Amino acid sequence: MADTAVQELPAEDRIAAAPAAVDLRAEYVESGVKDVLDELDRELIGLKPVKQRIKETAALLLVERARRRMGLAHETPTLHMSFSGNPGTGKTTVALRMADLLHRLGYIRKGHLVSVTRDDLVGQYIGHTAPKTKEILKKAMGGVLFIDEAYYLHRQENERDYGQEAIEILLQVMENQRDDLVVILAGYADRMDKFFESNPGFRSRIAHHIDFPDYGDDELLSIAETMLSKQNYHFDDEARAIMADYITLRRQQPHFANARSIRNALDRARLRQANRLFESSDGPIDSRALSTITAPDIRVSRVFAMSRQEE
Amino acid sequence: MRVTQGAFSFLPDLTDEQIAKQAQYCIDNGWAVSLEFTDDPHPRNTYWDMWAHPMFDNPDAAALMMELRECRKVYGERYIRFVAFDNSHGWESVKLSFLVNRPAEEPGFHLARQEAGGRVVRYTTRAYAADKPAGQRYG
Repeated sequence: MADTAVQELPAEDRIAAAPAAVDLRAEYVESGVKDVLDELDRELIGLKPVKQRIKETAALLLVERARRRMGLAHETPTLHMSFSGNPGTGKTTVALRMADLLHRLGYIRKGHLVSVTRDDLVGQYIGHTAPKTKEILKKAMGGVLFIDEAYYLHRQENERDYGQEAIEILLQVMENQRDDLVVILAGYADRMDKFFESNPGFRSRIAHHIDFPDYGDDELLSIAETMLSKQNYHFDDEARAIMADYITLRRQQPHFANARSIRNALDRARLRQANRLFESSDGPIDSRALSTITAPDIRVSRVFAMSRQEE
Repeated sequence: MRVTQGAFSFLPDLTDEQIAKQAQYCIDNGWAVSLEFTDDPHPRNTYWDMWAHPMFDNPDAAALMMELRECRKVYGERYIRFVAFDNSHGWESVKLSFLVNRPAEEPGFHLARQEAGGRVVRYTTRAYAADKPAGQRYG
């Protein structure tokens, strides 16, 4: 079909709209990038290097946008990213913020995040994978496709694995439809490295690699307090000290998942608190008692029992 | 003879950018967009073949444009139409539909007259392309 009209229009736009100078500070505030970054700073504890990288990326995109308006740059920069880090270090949360950021800067049209794993992309039998992957890609158009534990797509031991087909489709869309969607791959650092080694196509198509460090003990404690206060609970002093011990011990045990472990521990503490209140109460309870997590609620945790056994 | 069916058919063919904008408008209204194709251009032919699934949960028109590119690759020499379906209660019908692809050559229609009893004449149209079996009609 005739597409001459398409090519004429933007050229006219460019000439009419090209400004002589750009105030980056004003753009930074107006585009809402400042709001997103401030929110990121406020709501996420720790993660200094991640925040720094995101700030740098935001600056790059802001400048790139200004250059595009002045007619200095024409191509969409590669925005695909990889987030590597241990579980529970905030990769999904940051991806959500990233989608918001890219949307406000106008690099993606809708700003939604579609979060998937291998099961959503790879089919069960021959001919099942391509439509499945395409459905997901279509759903993610105009937004961000977040592939958690991306290395499961590639199974080295089985070269007839359907994951390879999904990878090929992904690579093709990542290359040809850079205007339409941004792909973020996430997973453990060492396995991601291996994944990129065996799939050089991905490495070269991903511009931003961001490493998520583990949280420190004090950071995890303040995360715990933030989580509780969001649900209108709080620690008493003794419980806070016990929680600090808990974090130290929990870290040494297997399957430690940073903030996710903390969330699970708090869920169990709330369960025990409810039980304790229910069994010990004989009379009215005030709101203070209802929202205080005390030391016994945490101390009975399996984590303490296991560390005693080891001694 | 240029087939005129659906919306916009008396305008020059829409560009891809224009199609994308129409599709985005439909998606923003909550309508499910999809593609259909046929090589039987008779105006009363309502049975077009579906291309992929109707898109009920894709927020962006790029998804439709991707399917359209694929569909053109396979059926570039047939009629392809864009369909927007409104599933809200009370409507449950197509809200907008227009052609997004047509064969390079459109031979047009034969008008046949049938003399019936008395001086009655019955008219019927038949696409010249329909003389050939389905799948071999264009290109």
